[in-house]
Amino acid sequence: MTKSATGRAPLRPRPISPHLQIYRLIPTMAMSIVHRITGAALYFGTLLVVWWLVAAATSQAQFELVNGIFGSWLGRLVLFGYTWALIHHMLGGVRHLIWDTGHGLGKRTSTRLAWATLIGSVTLTFIAWIAGYVARGGF
Amino acid sequence: MVEITLPKNAQVTEGKAWPKPQGGNLREFRVYRWSPDDDANPRVDTYHVDLDDCGPMVLDALLWIKNKVDPTLTLRRSCREGICGSCAMNIDGTNTLACTKGMDEIDGAVKVYPLPHMPVVKDLVPDLTVPYAQLSSIEPWLQTVSPEPASEWLQSREDRAKLDGLYECILCFCCQTACPSYWWNGERYLGPAVLLQAYRWLIDSRDEATGERLDNLEDPFRLYRCHTIMNCTQACPKGLNPAKAIAEIKQMMVERRV
Repeated sequence: MTKSATGRAPLRPRPISPHLQIYRLIPTMAMSIVHRITGAALYFGTLLVVWWLVAAATSQAQFELVNGIFGSWLGRLVLFGYTWALIHHMLGGVRHLIWDTGHGLGKRTSTRLAWATLIGSVTLTFIAWIAGYVARGGF
Repeated sequence: MVEITLPKNAQVTEGKAWPKPQGGNLREFRVYRWSPDDDANPRVDTYHVDLDDCGPMVLDALLWIKNKVDPTLTLRRSCREGICGSCAMNIDGTNTLACTKGMDEIDGAVKVYPLPHMPVVKDLVPDLTVPYAQLSSIEPWLQTVSPEPASEWLQSREDRAKLDGLYECILCFCCQTACPSYWWNGERYLGPAVLLQAYRWLIDSRDEATGERLDNLEDPFRLYRCHTIMNCTQACPKGLNPAKAIAEIKQMMVERRV
């Protein structure tokens, strides 16, 4: 071992203490992570919308193909997830907007806002889809 | 940078199970250990504490272990009443002070780790060099250009009240090391504890360096890495609100532009 300036053998590198591995997940932390994930998912979801629009502009056959894929049970599941991601990210944005005014930053209030984001996004997603099916007059 | 997993030399292994003491009222402790004096990885040792022979706080139990079971267990502590900030550590998944955290607040085995994502000096002692350097970078003292008054700098009661919820900070760095943003960008983001201190001087009516202080914080990393994750406020053992202080600084930034 090489000697340091003090004449003593240098200490071996210090380990980094555990972080994510041990930290208790709390609602505001969880919703921050979900906000990131839904934000990233929106890129993918927006591509689907673009695909649908491009198909509509290309030809009748193309449009029916894409419509058919989106109308399948798997397609609908993905679109359902996209709806939720969109609404969740939007509500997360509203939450950040409230925080930016300096309000809702208390310990309890911020936790309630985190839960409200989750409950609100799930509820609004179901309402949107039920409204959609009602407007269509069935499946 | 986001690094979710621990580097090889920091990965925690199962450690020693220390002999149980006599007595029926035992509490299990799982404590992080690492020593620079051998080549072993960090480990988690298991101890049992006799609650009939020990005070109610987690710090009481850690000192009971140190005195009665394992004198090599290393930790910082001083005042044992939540005013010095020395015994800040991660207990039961949350950063707090061992001296004010009651064992009865915790279910099951008591898990004790050093403050998260910090270089470990030994066992529960983290190296706080970087946060201390960051604290001095915001120059946490009164700065004035006006001629010094004959007696003291005066402040109205209303202006003094603005420091409430800020001056109580004991610099334990529970909030600082609870922040995921600080974990990933700790060398460039100042972190909640330091920003709360920055705000404490920004809104002090006697301070005359507000502009320079804001200039120093106007940076994508130093201030704006706060993403309102709120771990800081949830963790603070003194009940302070660093997230709110940071939001107020962000507002001051906007206000001085319009």
